[in-house]
Amino acid sequence: MNEISELVKNERDLAIPGDILAKGLEYLPGQGCFRSENEIKSKFLGLVRVKERMLSVVPLAGVYIPKPGDGIIGKIIDMQNMFWIVDINSPYDAILQLGEAVRDYVDIYKTDISVYFDIGDVIYAKVLNVTKSRNVSMTMADYRSKKLTGGRVMHITPSKVPRLIGKAGSMIELIKNKTGCQIVVGQNGIVWFRGTNEALASRAITTVEREAHTEGLTDRITKMLEEGA
Amino acid sequence: MAKVGAPEKMIEHGKRMDGRTLEQFRPLVAEAGFLEKACGSGRFEFANTKAIAAVYGPRKVHPRHMMQPQRAILRCKYNMAPFSTGERSRPGHSRRSIEISKVITEALNSSMFLEDNPKSAIDAFIEIIQADASTRCAGLNAVSLALADAGIPMKDLVSSCSVGKVDGKIVLDVAGLEDNFGDVDIAIATFGGSDKVVLLQLDGIMTIGEFHKALDLGVKGCSEIHALQKETLRKKYAVNLGGEE
Amino acid sequence: MEIQDRYIKKSMEDNKVRLDGRALDEFREVKIETNVVTSAEGSARVKLGNSLVIAGVKMDVMTPYPDTPDEGNLIVDAELLPIASPDFEPGPPSESAIEIARVVDRGIRECKAIDMEKLCIKPKEKVWAVHIDIHALDHDGNLMDACGLAAIAALLTARIPDYDEKNEKIVKETPFEKRKKLPVKDVPVPVTVSKIGGVLLLDASLEEEEAREAQITVTTMKSGELCAMQKAGSGFLTVDEIKRAVELSIAKGKELRELLP
Repeated sequence: MNEISELVKNERDLAIPGDILAKGLEYLPGQGCFRSENEIKSKFLGLVRVKERMLSVVPLAGVYIPKPGDGIIGKIIDMQNMFWIVDINSPYDAILQLGEAVRDYVDIYKTDISVYFDIGDVIYAKVLNVTKSRNVSMTMADYRSKKLTGGRVMHITPSKVPRLIGKAGSMIELIKNKTGCQIVVGQNGIVWFRGTNEALASRAITTVEREAHTEGLTDRITKMLEEGA
Repeated sequence: MAKVGAPEKMIEHGKRMDGRTLEQFRPLVAEAGFLEKACGSGRFEFANTKAIAAVYGPRKVHPRHMMQPQRAILRCKYNMAPFSTGERSRPGHSRRSIEISKVITEALNSSMFLEDNPKSAIDAFIEIIQADASTRCAGLNAVSLALADAGIPMKDLVSSCSVGKVDGKIVLDVAGLEDNFGDVDIAIATFGGSDKVVLLQLDGIMTIGEFHKALDLGVKGCSEIHALQKETLRKKYAVNLGGEE
Repeated sequence: MEIQDRYIKKSMEDNKVRLDGRALDEFREVKIETNVVTSAEGSARVKLGNSLVIAGVKMDVMTPYPDTPDEGNLIVDAELLPIASPDFEPGPPSESAIEIARVVDRGIRECKAIDMEKLCIKPKEKVWAVHIDIHALDHDGNLMDACGLAAIAALLTARIPDYDEKNEKIVKETPFEKRKKLPVKDVPVPVTVSKIGGVLLLDASLEEEEAREAQITVTTMKSGELCAMQKAGSGFLTVDEIKRAVELSIAKGKELRELLP
């Protein structure tokens, strides 16, 4: 087979489902791609990523699908004797085992675990594991995990989270400083914040989400925060 | 035996009643990503036939017993607004809209990677705002755009158009009067602009020869629609790129 | 059952052998009996392999539709009764039942099988309405074709009641043999072609239906022309496969037409 492999799309090109990204057998289909005979095609409307021989497509939109290691914000929606069920803004709910949330010894026959987390509580925790059939488990063993009390919660599109955080946290730090708010951003698109100027923080977050892919965003946000303070 | 109100001739000197040639589309309009709340949205128009589609999902399955352990379920509902037709039609499901919902859902199923999102539901809704024949085709084109816009993993877009037999001639994109008084009406959809047919409905009398011609014309028409759909998505999102990371 | 589906698919892909040993274009045994329901104006019972459907024709007098003031009305309904299969639930017709009804309807309507003008009693005011109700009683695959055959068989042997125009009543007392035959001038026959493992076959059994990728129902008339077509199922059919399916349907349609009254 004298197939010459060629790259049809490049890094940061826009791909539409069905678009051919590369021809030939030397390229590999990574996340968001699939092989169709000897072509690699895109599954998503998104941006192409090329890393040597591995191609992938990052979707521009989409719901949150949990991955192990993600720091996310969830809401307790139910509980049983030894675990809580958490809504994580995904088609899949997560399970938080008692042992992953509480360090003390708990006598489960005498304790109602709602004393630790009750229905409606908002928590920041890490995704521990996601099985093939999408059973999601969470843990609060990580030092950053905690219950988030008071404040407000906003939903943004999960794919915009990296932009809201910014390079080395630059964007989110900017907003925190100028609004005097504590802000926690979950990979699942949930943002919690509490502080002095919550209304301004809310406007800034909404603007970042809406204009995530445009140029000059940091300057515009800085200006908005200066004027609003 | 002619129906009440049938025009004498619908094609004269190779031109149809609205001035089109036999293989010409009506003016087409396509748009994506214009609704706020929905995960994805799409719009498609064949001149006076206007369809809007919205997609929600993947999301939790309700009712729960419909959940499939190893794949997402796709549910697409086609609905005509009461003001979309000449005479007000009754709101709510009709047998026709149930059948159309079924064939549209089946047309889309094979184009999606349903196994990528097990135990979830992808709900798509088509609303026909204005009807002038080929409504299911416009709806299917709109919902394809909406699915891509929503970030649902797909193998390719599904594209649809209609073909008819009017005054004995095979024509592309059946409109209004051609639908009411023509001899044959065919709705066809293909996958990825190829010759893989995912939707095909015919009613009316046709010889084999006429059918072959109509089938080939329909496939060609669908691939033109496919190119327009891709262009629509490209135009919408390529503009917004180039931001800092 | 997935194991069964995979086995059937592989069997098709590898050597085109069906579970029951039939040829690809072979139908199971077809038995058609007519006038099985004496309370109906026409009726037929069709057994296709182990699938069983019964169709009844009832007629009454209605006002015509505004765009056909001198033609009778046709209404076709189908039900996949819970008695036919553990998978059919009681309640309003499912989308599959609705699809069968509408495909059978289009087959009859588009080829003008019933001479609708002869059903006019008084233009713009009174016409006969032909109600066809098709009930599936036992599901072992290919209910679409069985229902289509039952419908046309019932129509071919149906008789119109007499109508007393003076008193505007349907005369129920006329004995069946003395009534006029329903004017049927064409015989539409739907044939469903299924695709499994890339192979086209006719008259899928229940297990074959569960393993199939896609299907297309082609309804042909006496002349061999097409009058209705419906592709269904979640897979795709290539243009060549569709052309081949049409060939198969025309040939089989001719054979099945011989079995009708």
